[in-house]
Amino acid sequence: MARTRPSVTDPGTRRSGKVGSIRGMNVTVLAKFVPNPTGTPSLGPDNLLIRDAGDGALDPGDEYGLELALQLVEAGGGEVTIVSMGPAEALAGVQRGLAMGAHKGLLVTDPALRGADALVTARVLAAAVARTEYDLVITGAESTDGYTGTMPATLAELLGIASVTAVRKLEPDNDGFRAERQTESGYDVLTSPKPTLITVTAGATEPRYPSLKGIMAAKSKPVDTVSAADLGVTDLASTQTVAAVTDAPAKAGGEIVTGDDAVTRIADLLTEAKVI
Amino acid sequence: MGATWVYAEVTPDGAHPSALELLTKARTLGGEVAAIALGPGATAAAPELGAHGATIVYASDDQVFADQPGRTAAHTLHWLIGQHTPSLILLPGTYEGRDVAGCLQALTGSTLMANATDVESASRARTEIFGGTKIIDVDLAGPEPRLILVRPKSFPPEPGGGTPEIVAVDAVTPSGPTATVVERHAEAASGPKLEEANVVVAGGRGLGGPEPFALLDDLAAAIGGAAVGASRAAVDAGWVPYAYQVGQTGKTVKPEVYIAAGISGALQHVVGMKGAKRIIAINKDADAPILKIADLGVVGDLFEIVPALTEEVRRRASS
Ligand SMILES: Cc1cc2nc3c(=O)[nH]c(=O)nc-3n(C[C@H](O)[C@H](O)[C@H](O)COP(=O)(O)OP(=O)(O)OC[C@H]3O[C@@H](n4cnc5c(N)ncnc54)[C@H](O)[C@@H]3O)c2cc1C
Ligand SMILES: Nc1ncnc2c1ncn2[C@@H]1O[C@H](COP(=O)(O)O)[C@@H](O)[C@H]1O
Repeated sequence: MARTRPSVTDPGTRRSGKVGSIRGMNVTVLAKFVPNPTGTPSLGPDNLLIRDAGDGALDPGDEYGLELALQLVEAGGGEVTIVSMGPAEALAGVQRGLAMGAHKGLLVTDPALRGADALVTARVLAAAVARTEYDLVITGAESTDGYTGTMPATLAELLGIASVTAVRKLEPDNDGFRAERQTESGYDVLTSPKPTLITVTAGATEPRYPSLKGIMAAKSKPVDTVSAADLGVTDLASTQTVAAVTDAPAKAGGEIVTGDDAVTRIADLLTEAKVI
Repeated sequence: MGATWVYAEVTPDGAHPSALELLTKARTLGGEVAAIALGPGATAAAPELGAHGATIVYASDDQVFADQPGRTAAHTLHWLIGQHTPSLILLPGTYEGRDVAGCLQALTGSTLMANATDVESASRARTEIFGGTKIIDVDLAGPEPRLILVRPKSFPPEPGGGTPEIVAVDAVTPSGPTATVVERHAEAASGPKLEEANVVVAGGRGLGGPEPFALLDDLAAAIGGAAVGASRAAVDAGWVPYAYQVGQTGKTVKPEVYIAAGISGALQHVVGMKGAKRIIAINKDADAPILKIADLGVVGDLFEIVPALTEEVRRRASS
């Protein structure tokens, strides 16, 4: 027997975003600005990740979802809004999204949000997304620097909307969506009503490069910059603090071989390991 | 400390290995240990969960948990938490675990730590960053239960328990719109499961396309009991399905031997295989990072070495 219980917040008030549009589909894309996405990041003296070293960029993991959003509105009409929370430099990430073709941006930047934990981040982003118009909210499956992968599910519940994670393909379907969701052993197909939040896996689309025209056009697209207080989020206390950082014991270097010996050495090792 | 709960992923085939790993850890924390098993197969898995340390198994076989993943389990857990007030909930770092934990956090307002590799108590857990080169101990605060998502294979599962009390629970279906599963498709390779195989032969971008994966299949077959894996670069390129992926976003493997061919050894790949007992890397670039963590590093062309190795393994097997 199923028991039905209301959610923590009343559906009437929690879905404060202006949902729906007459024509086409509006998509809000979350995009994180991350430090040094291709190298090894580093920790500052306060044990927090250094986020303002000048080598940051839009998280490559968010570009797959942005590309999907652009394709959806190009096919059916509507607008794409980028939402990002980060240091002032994160504006560069929003601008890259605009240069790729998004229509407007919303940047939450606030020194008080440095070191924000997963819950604070989700609350702030929920308040920010609620200010945008959306039929669909798209995030990455996990961020390159934080890789918790939980923020999107928290966000969907705070917004009071349906969600499908690990999506590799999405199509509009009647009044909602039809999504292919990656699973451990293959994939599932889900249907979901509007509005829905999805997380998009790496490799799901092939993100475009911003064109010169796109980069020029981005300069005149609207970007709102707000603080946590502007969004009405005041409880910013983090529930997680770093107690200690230690270096893992380094692994002793192994044997390196080249040339004719190689095959014999590998086979010897397999024999030693008793696997052949 | 108060009770520790383990969110036990179950299918009609049994408990997910992560459930047994987490229960083994939960037993060491002091306090009562319960497992929460939601979905088809839950009641049948209860004895195994008990044998690994759960004294109570809250179980429901309701199909709704499989059809409306994530939210339904989180709302049911939230209701159970209200009844029994545990201190700590351990969840597996799988897609399902992440979705349940993320949604549950919105309902309870409690802290949620992801990617944990060890757990000391409800107020302290450990994670590793930068490909496992730095160990971070994290203090957790805020309302209980604290939520911790643990990386797969962080603890070896060991039996040590008894017959659990099974408490049937009803599904709590959340109000509002929910996504529903309408089709299921399997893509996994035949042969041994990647996470359970004794030997893993993995290929990366260095293979250059889907066809050369046949070379790895041949080597795996010659070894016997070996599974084929891949780096994300090979999966993203569409050469092999996601079920092959090893690493941070894919599977965590701890085989006796891991053979990496044409894989550079990026941090996110390494976290998924560094626990292998012996690592063999074949790479044509002497500076590839994978060679620094390999027990045996071969600098050379995989297209020459892999077929020759397959021959040699066959020869030794038949002599
Ligand atoms: C959030 C996030 C999560 C990620 N999760 C994962 C994950 O789960 N798993 C994962 O694997 N990656 C993951 N990655 C990606 C990771 O950073 C690397 O991009 C990826 O692992 C690279 O794959 P590769 O080693 O096959 O390719 P490359 O780095 O391009 O390396 C190819 C290697 O092949 C060698 N080679 C080429 N030809 C030959 C030949 N003929 N013979 C021998 N060697 C040859 C080259 O020298 C090179 O070292 C993740 C990244 C991010 C940001
Ligand atoms: N500060 C942020 N600003 C914008 N989007 C974010 C932020 N943090 C997380 N996200 C989104 O949430 C996804 C998952 O993040 P995480 O939970 O950190 O792994 C990312 O891929 C982003 O799309």
